[in-house]
Amino acid sequence: MKPAAFAYLAPTTLGEALAMLDGVQDDGKVLAGGQSLVPAMNFRLARPATLVDLNGLSELDHVSGDSDRGVVIGALVRHAAFHAPPFEGPLAELLAKVVRDIAHYPIRQRGTFGGSLAHADPASEWCLVAATLGATMHLASVAGTRTVAAADFFRGTFTTALAPNEILVRVDLPPLPAGWRTGFYEFSRRKGDFALAMALATLQIDGGAIRAVRLGVGGVSDRPRRLETVEAFLAGKPPTPATFAEAAELARGAVAVTADIHASEAYRSDLLGTVVRRALAEAAA
Amino acid sequence: MSGIGVPARRLEDGPLLRGEGRFAADCNAPGQLHMRVVRSPVAFGRLLGVDAGEASTLPGVVAVWTAADVADLPPIDFRMTRIEGLAPFRQRVLAADYVRYVGDPVAVVFATDAYVAEDAADLVFCDIDELDPVLDPLADPSPFMPETQPGLLSEPAVVRKGYGDIDAAFAAAHRVVELTVRVGRHSGVPMETRGALAVHDAARDILTMHGAAKVPHYNRDAIARMLGRDRERVQLSEGHVGGGFGIRGELYPEDVLVCLAALRLRTPVKWVEDRREHLLAANHSRDQTHRLRAAVDARGFILGLDAEFFTDQGAYVRTHGGTVTDLAAGLLPGPYVIPAYRVAGHVRLTNKTPAGTYRAPGRYETTFARERLVDRIGAELGLDPIEVRRVNLIPEDAMPFHRGLDTLGTHVVHDSGRYHDLLDRTLAHVGFDDERKRAAERRSAGEAVGVGLGWFVEKSGLGPKDLVRISLAGDGRLEIVTGVASIGQGVETALAQICAETLHLPIETMRVVHGQTDRIAYGMGAFASRVTVMTGSAVQIASAGLLATARAAAATMLQAAPDALGFDGGVFASPAGASVSLQAVAAHFEASGKVLAAEGEFAADHMNYPYGIHIARVRVDRETGGVAVERFIVAYDIGRAVNPLLVEGQIAGACAQGIGGALFEEFVYDEGGQPLAASFVDYLMPTCHEVPDVETFLREDAPSPLNPLGVKGAGEGGITAVGAAIAAAIDDALGRPGLVSRLPVSPARLHALISGR
Repeated sequence: MKPAAFAYLAPTTLGEALAMLDGVQDDGKVLAGGQSLVPAMNFRLARPATLVDLNGLSELDHVSGDSDRGVVIGALVRHAAFHAPPFEGPLAELLAKVVRDIAHYPIRQRGTFGGSLAHADPASEWCLVAATLGATMHLASVAGTRTVAAADFFRGTFTTALAPNEILVRVDLPPLPAGWRTGFYEFSRRKGDFALAMALATLQIDGGAIRAVRLGVGGVSDRPRRLETVEAFLAGKPPTPATFAEAAELARGAVAVTADIHASEAYRSDLLGTVVRRALAEAAA
Repeated sequence: MSGIGVPARRLEDGPLLRGEGRFAADCNAPGQLHMRVVRSPVAFGRLLGVDAGEASTLPGVVAVWTAADVADLPPIDFRMTRIEGLAPFRQRVLAADYVRYVGDPVAVVFATDAYVAEDAADLVFCDIDELDPVLDPLADPSPFMPETQPGLLSEPAVVRKGYGDIDAAFAAAHRVVELTVRVGRHSGVPMETRGALAVHDAARDILTMHGAAKVPHYNRDAIARMLGRDRERVQLSEGHVGGGFGIRGELYPEDVLVCLAALRLRTPVKWVEDRREHLLAANHSRDQTHRLRAAVDARGFILGLDAEFFTDQGAYVRTHGGTVTDLAAGLLPGPYVIPAYRVAGHVRLTNKTPAGTYRAPGRYETTFARERLVDRIGAELGLDPIEVRRVNLIPEDAMPFHRGLDTLGTHVVHDSGRYHDLLDRTLAHVGFDDERKRAAERRSAGEAVGVGLGWFVEKSGLGPKDLVRISLAGDGRLEIVTGVASIGQGVETALAQICAETLHLPIETMRVVHGQTDRIAYGMGAFASRVTVMTGSAVQIASAGLLATARAAAATMLQAAPDALGFDGGVFASPAGASVSLQAVAAHFEASGKVLAAEGEFAADHMNYPYGIHIARVRVDRETGGVAVERFIVAYDIGRAVNPLLVEGQIAGACAQGIGGALFEEFVYDEGGQPLAASFVDYLMPTCHEVPDVETFLREDAPSPLNPLGVKGAGEGGITAVGAAIAAAIDDALGRPGLVSRLPVSPARLHALISGR
């Protein structure tokens, strides 16, 4: 469990980092919190020739905005920053709820928001948040910065829209102002393990009916998915157990789930229904 | 003074808490090389050749060895339980003709740096003609080495035991209750992986291996034999050990290879196992399938038990020989009378990591099987499972109870026990009726909550003998030299307390030496919950001997008859009022060029049998199949507790491991024999979130008559019935008696059982 040899670069500005990454191209890998990359290197599952370490780039460590206006999150913000988010409202409550299921306390001190998204583990909680809420990713390279919607960013397991010479520098989460309710449910083998299935729901309920809804699932297939068809079904319905049970069935039909040693396809599909129902029920409660 | 029964803090904790521990990886020597093992990437195949050409050219690589380089070494022999037929299945230090599991050592690289060694190991190419692996221990025996040893099948032995008239029992049966259950493949996973540093002092021609554990004296002898050296020229030295659990400290190929390399390469050689290697290479355990048939009468009394089981031994038979299968066959009947018994334990080889002992070997498995059977008997006869146990428990007046068979070469004789008494006390202590009532109320309210119980009998104090030497210096420092090993269990504190009980000296002045083969002629080490029983008794004997010697000297000094002297608080006092301290007597010895010292040896022909009860309350999530352990109680009678604090620690730790085996830990293989749980991502150790505060109900109602202290071992009883109790609790939570027949109860398996799919 010793990594293969690699070159290590430690830029202090974003410009420097982008130039370095551009110079090494395909063999380069960006190091942020290192909570996934370093173990992968130790197992020699990843063998980057060059690491560009972003930890000296304090310009990427910022959070601004609020639930009403939306939030801008720098790529180097650690998970632990959301134990008590520096703003209030439903979006803060949602992030504070979700962060508790990200691995363990020490990992949350080091792992980063941007690193999670760029790594694109199908069971990543932040990826689910980004996909469900419709985050906007800011991708920088020596050529400039472009923005990519979350729906286009996640391409598959550990695969994103990032080009080899690009760095994810910033993520914008859209507003989730007062009046939105949130629900999140994750099932894993142990506390802190990768999700076998998880769901995130945000609801606006008015006059006994669901007025607006966002629903996404993670840990069940190759990428986090927002379930627009289920959202469409839920709109206008009463927020009742029967409605949510029907939504759960629709969700199961909408996702082709994957199998691993902890969950067969049949089991994971059942779990998918369960987590959807529980996330919706929590949001409606 | 902290004598027997005092919950003293551990003497050994200072350096550990200050980060000054010295574990295997902390050992270094100037000029050391780093060894890296090249392991088979496939489960089964004919090894056609190993190409180390490219690896050898890497700067920093000093040597690469394959089987041809170690062809003169014999296979690693059995330490215990030699059974006819097992010998051809011993493992050589490097695979020669076949590779038999993913992780099988094929070559070793020695380099100046651990990184280079790993780079080079990656470059070693193994030419393997892959064969279909055997992965099902229940399949018919198949050829083991078809080309080199045709005719040798993968079932080397069947362990058969029994007593009583089994046919008559079944003929008289009111009902026959049958059951097939399986305990999954898991093992002890110490926080510290294995590791060793071998140093050859050419000037004195002494080879020293640091990083020894568990059985240093035996391993010294075995390494000396394998390398053709006098055992006086081999020393094993134990530092801190980060957990043993039966698997750490056995003699493995890597231990022999570092020693051989230090001799041949004429420089120190170090090897530290990484976690992936550990999960592939260190002993696996458990993995038994039991088919039980019980002839019972109308009260649920078991007239006869007919058992067949299969141990998935993995690819080789290692140092334990047939230990696990033999123990399982011998101890399956547990706490029950069972007048007739017949068992056949099949040792089956498969293309998986070899298996050995793990905390409560053979008992965790058989306790699960037997207690599931008793629950089934209750369910089929419409009886309360607690009452079925009451009917079957060995009565107090039958003690000592001769089981009528042997295990580990000794007769199974339950030395003492008050089983019914413990059952009554435990049920009252935990409020069992209330627990059941509350669980029923919560079930009525929609939750799936249940309570389950498992009974177990442990065994401890495996002989044959232990030696201890105690000396007291004039400045008051006391040294206890033992042949025991410390694997983190608190040996130093417990032995010091036993000494303090007799000598009335503070334990802080005592130094307990363990795991150093150059300090004492022989020692059996630490396994089978033997240390407190065997070494502890030897300490007691040596302490008494030292006191007698001191008393005689004090009598002369005080001009009184030895018998007339009082001894209190470490001071001898004569009837006339004169007194002299033990330390002053020791100083008197020193002044005349002698040492106040004594040896104590304790031998035992029989093991003793602590016993207890586990009770679990669980909550099942019917939709996900998740199980939460809400409450866990371990009632355990160990005869006499030397240090209740340490005993509780042993029980809590063992219980956590039991929960791991019951709900989480499993070495899963795919159909090609590739291990799928080869890191902590997929091999799931329970954490503080999954383990409740374990409650202990420690009893000292049945001291052992077999040793002067009355103690029985405390190291394993916290794990033994965890699977049984949790399974029963899950059944109860779901109102489905007999639902759980396989461990671990993963959410996926439980979900399948609940949903019927």
